[in-house]
Amino acid sequence: MRRLIHSRAWYKFSRSRLSVLGLLTILVIALVTVVAPLIAPFPEHVGIFVDFRNTEQPPGWIYFFGTDDNGRDIFTRILYAYRVSFAVGLLVLAIAVPVGVILGLLAGYYGGLVDTVIMRTTDVFLALPPLVLAMAIMGYLQPSLFNIMLAISVMWWPWHTRLIYNLTRSLRHEGYVQAAKVSGASDLHILFREILPNCVPSLLTKMAFDMSFVILMIAALGFVGLGMQPPTPDLGRMVAEGVRFMPFDWWMSVFPGLAILILVLAFNLFGDGLRDMLDVDV
Amino acid sequence: MALLETTNLHVRFELFEGTSHVLNGVNLRVERGERVAVVGESGCGKSLTARAVLGLLRHTNAHIDGSVRFDGSELLSLSERGWRAIRGRRIGMIFQDPTAALNPTFTVGDQLFKVIIRGGRARTKRQAREIAREALRHTAIADPDRVLHAYPFQLSGGLAQRVLITMALVNEPELVLADEPGSALDVTVQEQTLRLMRALGDELGAAVLIITHNLGVVREFAQRVYVMYAGSIVEEADVDTLFHAPRHPYTRALLEAVPRLTGEMLPQPIEGVVPDYTAAPVGCRFHPRCPHMRPTCKEPPPVVDLGGGHRVACVLPEVQP
Repeated sequence: MRRLIHSRAWYKFSRSRLSVLGLLTILVIALVTVVAPLIAPFPEHVGIFVDFRNTEQPPGWIYFFGTDDNGRDIFTRILYAYRVSFAVGLLVLAIAVPVGVILGLLAGYYGGLVDTVIMRTTDVFLALPPLVLAMAIMGYLQPSLFNIMLAISVMWWPWHTRLIYNLTRSLRHEGYVQAAKVSGASDLHILFREILPNCVPSLLTKMAFDMSFVILMIAALGFVGLGMQPPTPDLGRMVAEGVRFMPFDWWMSVFPGLAILILVLAFNLFGDGLRDMLDVDV
Repeated sequence: MALLETTNLHVRFELFEGTSHVLNGVNLRVERGERVAVVGESGCGKSLTARAVLGLLRHTNAHIDGSVRFDGSELLSLSERGWRAIRGRRIGMIFQDPTAALNPTFTVGDQLFKVIIRGGRARTKRQAREIAREALRHTAIADPDRVLHAYPFQLSGGLAQRVLITMALVNEPELVLADEPGSALDVTVQEQTLRLMRALGDELGAAVLIITHNLGVVREFAQRVYVMYAGSIVEEADVDTLFHAPRHPYTRALLEAVPRLTGEMLPQPIEGVVPDYTAAPVGCRFHPRCPHMRPTCKEPPPVVDLGGGHRVACVLPEVQP
């Protein structure tokens, strides 16, 4: 920890106060989602639960963010909805990044037919509006955690393929790639040990921005009813359901909306800081 | 049998502008343990020759004809696997810009160990470390452990150059290709580099093919010289003959273009530039710039053998024996 704080990397990152704020926000939210079952005031409100005496309560000391039309605590439900957002975000990256990176490396390094097949396929995916594609897939599949993840991953890998492809195209002419080649290195070594490590700064930065986009995408799917199905809490769906009670019972939409805003903003600020720290363009 | 021999090596590129015929029948020969230089202006195809010899033009739009034989076996028809057995183990290469030839994301040690293990000289990192330490000490690096733990950007240019020489020589190759070694560095470091390469090459009995535009480097380092112009070898001789009795007008012009500290002569630049390879001059490619041009220059020049390994490709009567 001491070493981190005194490192040059942290110095450059912490030059931007907002980036530090973004990082802290992410850490706090991540911690809160992990311990949600311990700190949520009404864990039973996450499932099927109705309390007719406390429906549509305004924010107060018992219900921090008020209650919805079933009398469920919105604060508790936001904590649990964050878990879904985080989990899907990370899983999407876990699927889309390796796929995108490997295809990008192959297309960029070998060129020719491999390049044409892979890059024209990404063009097809990039030509479709991402939300429409994800909605089409979700409309076809059963809405579940796994399927949401799958739908978003399917449209996410081409961005990484593009990024890595462009980097590979320029890195493969670098002196050290040529040097590795003339020292008898295999293609596998060149791709994964010479080129890929030099893509990591751009990749990390892109992943930070990706998290915010994916979270927004999950919220959008939830808003149109293609996200997590009730009773599982979903930030997008909570906003959509609360809209009916606007403007008088404003807390039902506003708090979940703010929850989305804060998390997305935090990842964006963090990404900005990473970009400055690692000195890359994405 | 020569260690390396290229016979009638042609390299062409198909471009929008037409066919760019860069290497136009290059015949080079390097004997075991010999130090040979290829000298010429920028853009003459010197580096391209080295790249063709190492098979680095595969998967590009280059068309290669002719033959490159290494220790009796043909290299141009080699598979990728066959190449890997030769590159780094039997042929090493030293690059122009030492800091660019090291991967910035790994320590020098990591990269050097991998080269040693790949060359089959060690199985484990521990063994490789021992060999690396010894090899670095050999290249006059006083504190090998510090260098092994350093990242490339922490090394000075001279230190990086010595690391690269170590990398090229650690697997004891029979041939080392050096493409403008040290020309990205200042002259004193370049001087050290050449001395080191010479000493280590002699010690290992490795042949060195050095590619340079610097006649000073040639004089100091090489035993035999090929003068290259626009993708052809125009003159071949041992160093003394080349500097004292150059025959080809291009070689003479190159020598006259070198600034001197003594005498009143100002260096004479060669008029004109290296030709566009998509429309290269027919016959002798030097004829548009040659002060002695005559009609017969538009036909392929004869290669005149002057004896003692001195060959020149020119029609001029004064170069005829």
